[in-house]
Amino acid sequence: MTAAIVVEGLEVVFDRFRALKGVSLEVREGESYGLVGESGSGKSTLLRAITGLAPVSSGTITVNGKRLGKSRDRAFYREVQMVFQDPYGSLHPRQTVDRLLQEPLAIHGFADGERRIERALDEVGLGKGFRFRYAHQLSGGQRQRVAIARALILEPSILLLDEPTSALDASVQAEVLNLLEEVRRRRKLTFLMVSHDLAIITHMCERLMVMQNGEAVETLTASQLIGHRVDADYTRNLLRASEGFVRA
Amino acid sequence: MSAEAIQSRREWLLSERPASRMQARLGRAYVAWRRFSANRLALVGLLIIIALLLIAALAGVLAPYSPTFGDLKNARLLAPSAEHWFGTDDLGRDILSRILYGSRWTLYVVILVAIIAAPIGLLVGTVAGYAGGWTDAILMRITDIFLAFPKLILALAFVAALGPGIENAVLAIAITSWPPYARIARAETLTVRNSDYIKAVQLMGASPFRIVLRHIMPLCISSLIIRVTLDMAGIILTAAGLGFLGLGAQPPLPEWGTMIASGRRFVLDQWWVAGAPGFAILIVSLGFNLLGDGLRDALDPRSGDQ
Amino acid sequence: MSALLDVEDLRVTFPTRTGLIEAVRGVSFSLGRERLGIVGESGSGKSQTGRAIMGLTPPQARISANKLTFDGIDLLGVSSRQRRALRGNRIAMILQDPKYSLDPVMSIGRQIVETLRTHETVTKAEARERALAMLEAVQIRDPKRVFDLHPHEVSGGMGQRAMIAMMLIAGPEMLIADEPTSALDVTVQLDVLDILDKLVSERGMGLIFISHDLRLVSSFCDRVVVMYAGKVVEQLKASELRHAQHPYTRGLLNCMPRIGFERHPLPVLERKPEWSA
Repeated sequence: MTAAIVVEGLEVVFDRFRALKGVSLEVREGESYGLVGESGSGKSTLLRAITGLAPVSSGTITVNGKRLGKSRDRAFYREVQMVFQDPYGSLHPRQTVDRLLQEPLAIHGFADGERRIERALDEVGLGKGFRFRYAHQLSGGQRQRVAIARALILEPSILLLDEPTSALDASVQAEVLNLLEEVRRRRKLTFLMVSHDLAIITHMCERLMVMQNGEAVETLTASQLIGHRVDADYTRNLLRASEGFVRA
Repeated sequence: MSAEAIQSRREWLLSERPASRMQARLGRAYVAWRRFSANRLALVGLLIIIALLLIAALAGVLAPYSPTFGDLKNARLLAPSAEHWFGTDDLGRDILSRILYGSRWTLYVVILVAIIAAPIGLLVGTVAGYAGGWTDAILMRITDIFLAFPKLILALAFVAALGPGIENAVLAIAITSWPPYARIARAETLTVRNSDYIKAVQLMGASPFRIVLRHIMPLCISSLIIRVTLDMAGIILTAAGLGFLGLGAQPPLPEWGTMIASGRRFVLDQWWVAGAPGFAILIVSLGFNLLGDGLRDALDPRSGDQ
Repeated sequence: MSALLDVEDLRVTFPTRTGLIEAVRGVSFSLGRERLGIVGESGSGKSQTGRAIMGLTPPQARISANKLTFDGIDLLGVSSRQRRALRGNRIAMILQDPKYSLDPVMSIGRQIVETLRTHETVTKAEARERALAMLEAVQIRDPKRVFDLHPHEVSGGMGQRAMIAMMLIAGPEMLIADEPTSALDVTVQLDVLDILDKLVSERGMGLIFISHDLRLVSSFCDRVVVMYAGKVVEQLKASELRHAQHPYTRGLLNCMPRIGFERHPLPVLERKPEWSA
């Protein structure tokens, strides 16, 4: 099996602050890979470095066998798309859903826009009724569905997910997670998903990396984690925390 | 139209599920209109501006006399009467007619200044804000140079260089009024450039040009429209000021500022000569200010999207 | 045990452009010296319930209740001055993000001292002593150093501890905590809860813990009130949550992914209109 994303010795520095300190990982094609950590662990920075939104100071990123340079070309964005954490901030406030979905098609010169937009809305379970609404006329879950539709409309092979459900209610979270699993199965997508919640990552991913302070703590399979076969104390702490409060 | 039809049309406009691009756009405009029309003073402002437009369009029909030729023999400096509502000036011209025709020049000035200055400011501000770095530094220092001088003085300097005349006055005012717009557009751009929705467009592979033009500018436009409207009064006054100083419109053009200038010699004895155009300037400036305030309530993105 | 707080048919209504919106629609419960959790999703009215008890409802809203008493005092009947005196002194509240609830231009220590001195007449030195002791009680390792720091100089977890210290310094009898740990990392979250738990049980306070996280609440509280669309759909003991009757409570429990329970797809919540009726 080939690798979809290979990251080697990645360093990201913001104003002398080392957000990522030499992180390496390999995501196989068609795999769902999770990054778990608390705030400041560098997990979101890693995603942003892959998309070109965070400056890489050293290390390499290879996507679908192509080594990435400083800038990303249009072809890259047809392969890799991202869903942001906050559905309230990731949709343009003055554009209808229709306009939001049309934009990527216009940039990449797709001709059959009408059909694609309708199909994309159907795929994320929104349907035509939502096509001409503005973001403020949508609930958080509906917004995140629009964001997913926008990411899928260019038919990428890799989807980067930055805490896609952490701003949503638990019941809506379940719906969005199910949707993500469904589109992944249907389109044979590769997922790289970031979350602070171990339960979500073990639910969604086959393999995961635990991160802390810009470094990798350990790499595990989901079944290792479920069986509590972990080496690092930090991971054990996280596991304990995810089980809720225990009175001493 | 029956009450029912009105009701159903309103529902169509306010629909949470617009069925077409057109309906979504009209619905949005309708919500803004409702917010605007809830403000009585703003409606007064709008009425004044509409009246100004109508007067300018129909000046030829409305004006009882010629604006440029007067009856020097019999009608010099007549006080307001049934025949000459606002009196006559030193050349025997009917002041009412001159004011009606003068509205055309007022509109000519404000509209031209707005369509020259606002786009320049918008472009400079958004490009500087989005590009950052050197581009930002250079563009903003140029802006600062313009902002460093009082507007009227700078306009005077330009007119002095270009030569007096209403076209040059327009040009001079436009050149001096874009910097505040650039500042506003830049500030708006800085608040949105790091937002996720702009990042999302970057991740679509959009070029910086496209992002600025299609995603950032539309967000800056409403605050710019508000600001330009509020500035209209200032533009009228600057134009009048230039006219008053003899650097704007040249006689016998019935421009309000020039009229005040020529009336100032008899302001104590024949107050109406300078008073009438002064009053016209006051009313129109007030109209633009009220309209601007109303637009701020209706369009301000910060007042929420509901 | 007599109830510390009695709430009967509490309603909070907001006037909006399009009409009245009822955020809380007839909520009743009572609180003893115990830990009570109020759970619900966004828009369930849980936060507005807490604010109404605290007297922090925005002025344009209307509050009504058959009964809203704290230790026998009618909270809707007292003057706003008495209400202020109760607030902080006998009832305290912790909000979600310490960043917004601590004064950014005043050192943490001074804020705690000020809070204490508005409610009790103590000398400066004594107030300082007690503030330091309180910071120690919330397990801040170096209280003398933290005393002089400003809110932006401390981490989220530390800020929330300082907030707790400030709220508990006057020795309130009832504490309302609105999502006190949602802005914190999971490992820090448990530390903060631990501190809260100890203080509440040591001092015999009544605690209302408002959260969207049913699992966290059920592991922390004695009793749970589940809210949906401004109403209480179910009240039960936390230990009996597994036997919850209402489909909403069960749906909420079920729809969260859990480690070691493979369910693909996750069960989703089918909202029934009769729940909010």
